[in-house]
Amino acid sequence: MSRYIRFRDFDWVLLGFVLLICALGVSEIYSATLHTKFEGMYLRQIYWIMAGVVLLFIVSLMNYHSLLEAVPWMYGFSLLSLISVLVFGKKYLGARRWIDFRVFHFQPSEWVKLILILTMAKYFADYRANELPFRELVKAGLVVLFPMLLVLKQPDLGTALTYVPIAIMALFLGGMKARHGIVLLLVAAVLMPAVWKWGLKPYQKERLMTFIAPEADARGAGYQVIQSQVAVGAGGVWGKGIAKGTQTQGQFLPVPHTDFIFAAWSEEHGFVGALLVLLLYFGVLMRLIHDAQTAPDRAGVFLIMGVVAVLAFHVLVNVGMVVGFMPVTGIPLPMMSYGGSSILFTFLALGIVMNVRMRRFVN
Amino acid sequence: MYGREEKVPILRLAVAQYVILAIFLLLVYGLWRLQVMQSERYTNMAEQNRIKEVPILAPRGRLLDREGRPIVDNYPSFSALLLRSQGKISEANLDAIAIGLHLDATELKNRVRRLSSMPGYQPIFLKFDITPDELAFIESHRNEYPELDTITVHRRLYPKNGFMAHLVGYVGEVSEEMLNQPRFELYNSGDVVGQSGIEAEYNDTLMGKNGSRRVMVNSKGKEVGELSDTPAVPGKALQLTIDLDLQIAAEEALGDRPGAIVAMDPRSGEILAMVSRPTFDPNSFAVHISNKEWTALLNDPGKPLLNKAIQAQLAPGSVFKVIMSVAGLQEKAITPEQKVVCNGGADFYGHFFKCDRHHGPVSMAQAISVSCDTYFYTLGARLGITRIAQWASAFGLGQKSGIDLPQEASGVMPSESWKIKTQKQKWYAGETISVSIGQGAVAVTPIQLARAIGAITSDGQLRTPHLVRPDSLPPQYTAAQHYNDVKTVPIDSDAWTLITDAMADVTTTGTASMAHLPGIDFAGKTGTAQTISLEARKRMGTSAGKAFEDNAWFVGVTPRRNPEIVVAVLSQGAGWGWRSGIVASKIVKVYVDKKAAHDAGRPYTLPKIEPVAPGADSGEAPSSQPSTPAATPPAANPPKTGNNQAALRMGGVWSDPTGHLHSGNFSLDNTSAANHAAPFHRATAAPGMEAFADAASNMRATNAPTHNNVPSDNKLPRSSPHWTPTLATLPAPGWRMRGEQ
Repeated sequence: MSRYIRFRDFDWVLLGFVLLICALGVSEIYSATLHTKFEGMYLRQIYWIMAGVVLLFIVSLMNYHSLLEAVPWMYGFSLLSLISVLVFGKKYLGARRWIDFRVFHFQPSEWVKLILILTMAKYFADYRANELPFRELVKAGLVVLFPMLLVLKQPDLGTALTYVPIAIMALFLGGMKARHGIVLLLVAAVLMPAVWKWGLKPYQKERLMTFIAPEADARGAGYQVIQSQVAVGAGGVWGKGIAKGTQTQGQFLPVPHTDFIFAAWSEEHGFVGALLVLLLYFGVLMRLIHDAQTAPDRAGVFLIMGVVAVLAFHVLVNVGMVVGFMPVTGIPLPMMSYGGSSILFTFLALGIVMNVRMRRFVN
Repeated sequence: MYGREEKVPILRLAVAQYVILAIFLLLVYGLWRLQVMQSERYTNMAEQNRIKEVPILAPRGRLLDREGRPIVDNYPSFSALLLRSQGKISEANLDAIAIGLHLDATELKNRVRRLSSMPGYQPIFLKFDITPDELAFIESHRNEYPELDTITVHRRLYPKNGFMAHLVGYVGEVSEEMLNQPRFELYNSGDVVGQSGIEAEYNDTLMGKNGSRRVMVNSKGKEVGELSDTPAVPGKALQLTIDLDLQIAAEEALGDRPGAIVAMDPRSGEILAMVSRPTFDPNSFAVHISNKEWTALLNDPGKPLLNKAIQAQLAPGSVFKVIMSVAGLQEKAITPEQKVVCNGGADFYGHFFKCDRHHGPVSMAQAISVSCDTYFYTLGARLGITRIAQWASAFGLGQKSGIDLPQEASGVMPSESWKIKTQKQKWYAGETISVSIGQGAVAVTPIQLARAIGAITSDGQLRTPHLVRPDSLPPQYTAAQHYNDVKTVPIDSDAWTLITDAMADVTTTGTASMAHLPGIDFAGKTGTAQTISLEARKRMGTSAGKAFEDNAWFVGVTPRRNPEIVVAVLSQGAGWGWRSGIVASKIVKVYVDKKAAHDAGRPYTLPKIEPVAPGADSGEAPSSQPSTPAATPPAANPPKTGNNQAALRMGGVWSDPTGHLHSGNFSLDNTSAANHAAPFHRATAAPGMEAFADAASNMRATNAPTHNNVPSDNKLPRSSPHWTPTLATLPAPGWRMRGEQ
């Protein structure tokens, strides 16, 4: 089969877009960490990106069908790793999310995202029908729900929420009926008060309250929300220039190189710069959907659309948080935010997409 | 196995595409809203975030006496504060801080909670004027409590024991009420401004102008750069007309007795000394007066905050007879030779007006010397109230003297029109008789009397009394340019000679013969003013009547004509006027001795002045026999000033001449023993201010007993914008290290 694989079919345009976004991210990490204890982190980000690109090529060479065959093993392994995090995990800032392997910290919930995309693709590739009965819908939902509950238990609401779009995208493409969708929405609405009462930690409630009325506690929980909007707004149309954003450089903006990198970028590069970044993301997503349309089979479509769902969700939640549309959840902006896990996940996911694309003329 | 034919419907992919498009349009709208529509608002918010105005406090100008000796200066004071940009401080830490700073933990926590809504860069003040051990606590716990910090400010240090308190005044934070007044419109909330006395009158000059630095800060409040720097303009020092030697003599001579003293140079209007009793400690205002202390001061029946020298409005008693004499001779209502027979009083308008003794036939000269009431009743009846009021007003009675102090009282010089206007009543002729001897509705302030008598003895030349030398004032104080203006009330030279000679007799053979100063041309006039009518006092019985004992007045000059100094003394409830005469004589003696020493080129050493014992029995008549200067009765009790119970404790850090830093705690020494055990050798500064005396002009005797272990060549803290308080040297006499007591 491998003789059909050709790098002519490798999506160089997509990789170009992605690397451009990464480069902008690196420049902003450089600017936002100047004169702070994180100075020089942009170099580490470059190493992560380089590692990511290597990973992308490696993954693109592996046949995704063989990956799908391994899904039951991988799914079982994810559940195990999530449980082991709860048992052996390193506690940091009140949450158990990492396993300390001395050399590096392993955060299984990031990889579980990828495995869930594969699992969903496998599930719906096997199902092979354009109509999805309610029983199958529940079964597919439970597949996502188990790891999600384990992540919630860490607690890591942000990452747990990123599993939702994977499920929704898969169910939608898998032929979920409109009335079933409405039923699900109703169930969610009914469960909401119960989740508020028993499911959320106090700090999570506070974040949500802060999102609704940030001015009520401008120096406390609302601080991040307000400072982020001030940074974005103060950027104006053209921005203040690299390393000249007062909100970013004065450290008024919280974690400007990770979760709030888009606010830092918007302050220093203005509406024009922010629009450019959004266009690049839009371009990446559109390109991915295009690749999905030309995918060789059902599984390939589900794989790519799973990646689309996760990336779009990240962009929506992160940029939405920065401009004040979404509560603070601690979800990074893929490709731009500093962080190895996030970068490697993105490139792995894109590697699978390439894998699918390079096999579009197979058969 | 995964065939193309099983692909998902294209429609659903398209829907996903549109959903993503919608999401991006929403995000673009969010950016548009912030960055284009509300950009200006957020730009302002970002600027407010990062730019901080740090005030550079201008030190207040010092107050110096006429010879440049310090009266009021500043000292470095540390305040403890809590920085909140570091994040929330735990309750346990607050408990520890409360112990270290000697604060109440519950109160501290409540305050921190209450003020937690303030913007984070505004610190919470925990304690003003902390002691060295509290300072040491903060310094040694920098790592544990990074949010605990100190700030150095210049604080006013006033002379101890309320010395010159009324004249100098005190400072305090400008109140909201004051900020609404137009004259304070340039002041900012938090400014420390003069609230009374010289401090208030010349606040604009003394205050200087605070500078500021516009700095960039980061979110921790840490400075990361400076934008601009406006240096502070330090307040200007004011040189007062006060002579500290005379001031000390006046303060000591009056002792504890309620009353006031004004000593003035009638040739220029310069005030040489001014005292009011009871007094208060302005140092307690300089730090942070407690509500309790403030209420106690306000409700004190002795009214310690009142400057009686310019605010007490009292009957002048027989001192008024000098003015009557001028009026009588100038109006030719009587001739110098004409005699009036005194039979212990006389009948006027159907009433008998009493004189304190049977003087027999008296001329004007005799009448002044022995203070015969009958003579002046008769003169008053001849002059009538209108002419009396004209002459008294010409000499400034019942009017503000125009002294450069706030809230001077005008007093009252009654007349027919005044009575109709204020009481809607006709003037009764009998009232004129009372006014003739300075009773009835006449009410004057000590400064008015000093000015009037000074003018009469200076051949009618009336000056504006003032406390600040015009050359130390900026030009906007236009009043100071008119200090050389003279208002002359013409007096015939015969009349002038007669009256001034008679006043000289007062201190030799007259009513104040106990205040005689051998070899000194000392003239004056006593006054014993009733505070209530004799009948009323009789009705109240002796014990209750004590509270209304007569006010003793004396206004003296030296020499008798064209005097160099006029001293007005008011001793409330001291009985006879001669007691005040003795007080005045002590001040005059100091003036004459100092001048003689100066003329001979000798340094002047101020002797210990004993306060004049309060008159125990007001019924005692003064001896009419000339006598040697009254031996001053020893003080029954060591005198105490107003509210000296609370010793002022202060902390400071200073360096000794070898450069070693010391810190210590000082308390203003208020014990009467320390006050009076050692006589003043040479006044180098106001009491308690010796540490600030200029080292260059240090005239302190080398054997000065109180200067324990402080090197005499101390470099002392001076008010300057570049003054580094931690290197300041501090204290000397009057101050004591804690633990040295």
